[in-house]
Amino acid sequence: MTGALFPRQAGLHPPAFTPGYKTSVLRSPQRALISFGSGPSEETGPAFGHVKLGEHDNDLLLNHARPGQSAIGERIIVHGRLLDEGGRPIPGALIEIWQANAGGRYRHKKDGYLAPLDPDFGGCGRAITAEDGSYVFRTIKPGAYPWPNGPNEWRPAHIHFSIFGHSFGQRLISQMYFEGDPLIARCPIAQTIPDKEALNRLVAALDMAETKPMDAIAYKFDIVLRGRRQTHFENRLEGM
Amino acid sequence: MVQKLDRLGLTPSQTAGPYVHIGLAPEACGIEKPPFPTLGTEIAGPAAKGTRITVRGRVVDGGDLPLRDCLIETWQADAAGIYPGQQGADPAVTGFGRFPADFTSGEFSFETVRPGAVDLPGDQAIPPHISFWIFARGINHGLHTRMYFPEDNLSGDPLLARIEHRDRIATLVAEARGETEYWFEIRLQGAGETVFFDI
Ligand SMILES: [Fe+2]
Repeated sequence: MTGALFPRQAGLHPPAFTPGYKTSVLRSPQRALISFGSGPSEETGPAFGHVKLGEHDNDLLLNHARPGQSAIGERIIVHGRLLDEGGRPIPGALIEIWQANAGGRYRHKKDGYLAPLDPDFGGCGRAITAEDGSYVFRTIKPGAYPWPNGPNEWRPAHIHFSIFGHSFGQRLISQMYFEGDPLIARCPIAQTIPDKEALNRLVAALDMAETKPMDAIAYKFDIVLRGRRQTHFENRLEGM
Repeated sequence: MVQKLDRLGLTPSQTAGPYVHIGLAPEACGIEKPPFPTLGTEIAGPAAKGTRITVRGRVVDGGDLPLRDCLIETWQADAAGIYPGQQGADPAVTGFGRFPADFTSGEFSFETVRPGAVDLPGDQAIPPHISFWIFARGINHGLHTRMYFPEDNLSGDPLLARIEHRDRIATLVAEARGETEYWFEIRLQGAGETVFFDI
């Protein structure tokens, strides 16, 4: 049994209002969030451990490709573990990803970037974490792409991650970057994160040990969600 | 010197961006044959106990424009106030919904059963509510709020009791539009700004 969720670590997530990222200006609440200890509505959450995955759900090289084809681009493996703050693995949890193709183009009706679509690449995948919290995807390295925030702004190569833990209060959406990308330091979205060390946690490390020779380069990306207190000595309020 | 607390640093949030539909609601963005079915389309199956309701609404920015590229996720208890996964939960209720705003109007809409009040230790209970999590381009960290029902007495809710500006509680209460239909408008900024939580 576990108890209340740990409070979110202060100053870790980006603030709502980050004028360098212009869209946040009108989409950021101005009033302070109301803080409260978690209860059943936050400590429970949807379970996806039973979801039946298709053979290629975590393989973006193949899951939108025509028979006998595969996506164009630098073949990569992205793997890691889903953990809580105490270092405990979170098994049976759903991780969903989406990304641009190797040219930086998304398969989305609102993306009009001139780079072409790849007929063999859709750009989404999903996985359920194993007993030890591990997950793995095979995909292509997404390209950098321009976006209309400033006159000449380029997103660093990134993969979007959507992560469920075991509680609705652990819900997280983030982005994974790649080691060594000079665009990270220039990106207004990456730079919404005030703490440099926290931003570094979004940068996947080149992982030569897991790289498949003559096949695919590996990157390691561990994800850490809020933990939960132990329930020893849980008391009701005095007098209740 | 003291011992080190061996806590790991949390993974920070980033915006879901404008292309979030590819991963989480592929049909909405023109992907006709997604590799797997979309999750969260059914909160309560046909066999679910309780009153069936429809909730519609929209998310509005500080310039009074509805967000047409946002997604909302919802989490709720069954008609008896029991969350899926807890003992005695209604097996026909998944409790989880995921809905994109309409690309033209910005409206979202879903069907579910009216949740029951959720018991807390002691004599307290949380009045019926649906938890919302809102994410979109320009939202750096998913916004968490709740929808309560206009028919209910909310005075016993320990979370709402924490809100000092009492007039703001109205931002968490849906508007009734007929017997079983509700409208829930979420205002991100400015006059009538919805209360958001850090829970
Ligand atoms: Fe992106």
